[in-house]
Amino acid sequence: MSNDVVPIYIMGKKYHVPATLTILKAMEYSGYKFIRGCGCRGGMCGACATVYRLEDSYKIVPALACQTVVEPNMSLTQIPFFPANKSIYDVEELEPGTQTLLQMYPEIARCVCCNSCTKICPQELDVMDYVQAALRGDIEKAAKLSFECIMCGLCASRCPGEIVQYHVGLLARRLYAKYLTPKAKHVADRVAETEQGKFDPELEELCRMDKPTLEKRYAQRDIEAQ
Amino acid sequence: MPYEPYMKELIKKVETTRSARIQAAKEGKHFPRLSEADGMKLMKEFHPDYKEGTKRQLAVGPSQGKVVPNELADILEAKSSLNSGTVDLSRIDYDVDVLVIGGGGAGSAAALVAQEHGARVLIATKLRHGDANTMMAEGGIQAADKPNDSPPIHFLDAIGGGHFSNDPQLVKTLTHDAPSVIQWLEHLGVMFDKDPDGTMRTLHGGGTARKRMHSAGDMTGAEIMRTLRDEVRNRTDIQVIEFAPALELLTDHEGRCAGAILFNFETEKYTVARAKTTILATGGLGRLHIQGFPTTNHYGATADGLVLAYRAGASLCFLEATQFHPTGVIFPEQNIGLLITEKVRGAGAQLLNADGEQFVYPLETRDVESSAIIRECTVRNKGIRTPTGRFGVWLDSPMIEVLKGPGTVARDFPAKYRQFARHGIDISKEPMLIYPTLHYQNGGITINSQAETEVPNLYAAGEVAGGIHGINRLMGNSLLDITVFGRIGGKSAAEKAKQAQPGEITLQHVQKFHEELKNAGVGDGRISPILLPDYVGKIG
Repeated sequence: MSNDVVPIYIMGKKYHVPATLTILKAMEYSGYKFIRGCGCRGGMCGACATVYRLEDSYKIVPALACQTVVEPNMSLTQIPFFPANKSIYDVEELEPGTQTLLQMYPEIARCVCCNSCTKICPQELDVMDYVQAALRGDIEKAAKLSFECIMCGLCASRCPGEIVQYHVGLLARRLYAKYLTPKAKHVADRVAETEQGKFDPELEELCRMDKPTLEKRYAQRDIEAQ
Repeated sequence: MPYEPYMKELIKKVETTRSARIQAAKEGKHFPRLSEADGMKLMKEFHPDYKEGTKRQLAVGPSQGKVVPNELADILEAKSSLNSGTVDLSRIDYDVDVLVIGGGGAGSAAALVAQEHGARVLIATKLRHGDANTMMAEGGIQAADKPNDSPPIHFLDAIGGGHFSNDPQLVKTLTHDAPSVIQWLEHLGVMFDKDPDGTMRTLHGGGTARKRMHSAGDMTGAEIMRTLRDEVRNRTDIQVIEFAPALELLTDHEGRCAGAILFNFETEKYTVARAKTTILATGGLGRLHIQGFPTTNHYGATADGLVLAYRAGASLCFLEATQFHPTGVIFPEQNIGLLITEKVRGAGAQLLNADGEQFVYPLETRDVESSAIIRECTVRNKGIRTPTGRFGVWLDSPMIEVLKGPGTVARDFPAKYRQFARHGIDISKEPMLIYPTLHYQNGGITINSQAETEVPNLYAAGEVAGGIHGINRLMGNSLLDITVFGRIGGKSAAEKAKQAQPGEITLQHVQKFHEELKNAGVGDGRISPILLPDYVGKIG
């Protein structure tokens, strides 16, 4: 691994940082102590949404600061927060109809298919496609295409239609999971059994069991094949 | 950072042995599982918990004499970071029934149930709502809901996994309530992996006797967290304050908990939140970097809740044991410490040394599995050296493609596939290089099966609480723990709030704790909670 140092510009200010660092670690190395703009540090939480430009390109590049290694002369800023309104609903009262997503988020009709959301998504999701699916009332498609969304908010920051895409995806997933896939019968059956107290005597017995007997029971478990 | 040429050469050894290993796996032949006694023997030699000089007895407080890692002892034996002279306790900023400290999975579940029981609820959380280890839990959530399974079988797995140290009553509650929790999440709209008829697709985890790991891709925790958060936001009578860590609990003249002092991270102003009952759901300690290990944990995992509860008089348990997840990333360097879910091994991937040979059953409990990897990379000298001089072993993800069909890795592990692809490594074709990483705080604040701590009107749920897992937690029992005990804590706290009449709020317990420190001659120069780790100016 090289010991090279590269120049980067954090909100316009120049710093020299080790070339192998992620943007997040490079900012810490440069003296930043994060309150906002840093979360799981593993690419799962969407706290560290970042955009940057390279000096020889007009393009805006999206990044998660915790997942992206610095590049020489990159000019970056984090976007730790972007205002977004969420519809308030009672998921028990909703119906998974073709109009539901549109009723909850009427602004999806303002999508002009510019694809800005897809281009900015650091997860490389087909954001515009799921917004279009939502508009058509295809809840399943909107749910599946948005599944890996980490709700970083970059899509909403770029949308000329002022849509908050990630909230639409979230509602689609809840509707799909709750109403459009069958409930697990084995779960309902087992819940009924636990509520009737079917396992209570055996659990009580295990609670009272001395350690040698427990150890023996544990060692003798039959293990379901892979 | 793709693999360097010398690493690609070593990968050829993995490829050489792969077809024979796959053939054996298909015939049900596996590397032998260790007996309980042999596992313990291995751990005593190689598990970081047993390393000399890394822990000490607490000099003060309700668990005085108990042994905990030095890094934790340092913040437990420390003065308050609250400058009490600047707080006006006569000015109440928030006055609620139930205060939930922490906005992760346990806190959100607790808030929802407390609200359903009629409580006025306030969630105060250090970072954003949902900033928590819950968000990062990948592999799954256990529940014994298949016909060939039962809560008692789950009980045995959990208590055996904890080497019989767990509080049996807590294990009973955990395993008994598991199916109801899955149903609750299913009804809230969590997108579990299911067959077309609705049957949950379940897998094994380390130490399970049945395939009971329910999942939502490899984003199970994220899917649960974003659903719970959305549900909290839909219930507009639940107040949420973000970037507002609790700095101290408040107690009344009888030592009962009566709320907390919150700190506005951005304006640096204190606020007083008075509450009839309080639920601590602040998560774990990974960011203390026990023994210098990298961690899978969230930025905010700095053990704040342990510090606050300890000063208020709650005892701690099982904190002598820290969980190291066997499969943390050791290469590329940028991702060091990040979690690779146990579900990868659940799907059939094996661990291999530099010769491409197996050296451990892939689904031992986490402590045993980690010990075997450390042995391979130390005394046996069969680890794979990274360009920066670290050592790891291979996790053979490409064999999943053969066992379960092409495309499985990208489909079932989308987050992990993407994370490695960013660095030029295709984990459906090349194995991952892994080493144990600091993952979980096995113990915590002592609770009972109603999630009550020893401090009246104070409850604890999730990773901050201890006893459920004893000295070692099984995969998939943490997402379960946070929902089971989060819900119980919410209910208990809401019911108690109906009768609780706390007296005048004070910080007496902090003064008393400071006196204890002084008498014992410890804690000078240290303050806590630390709230955030310090990485400024460092190459992390």
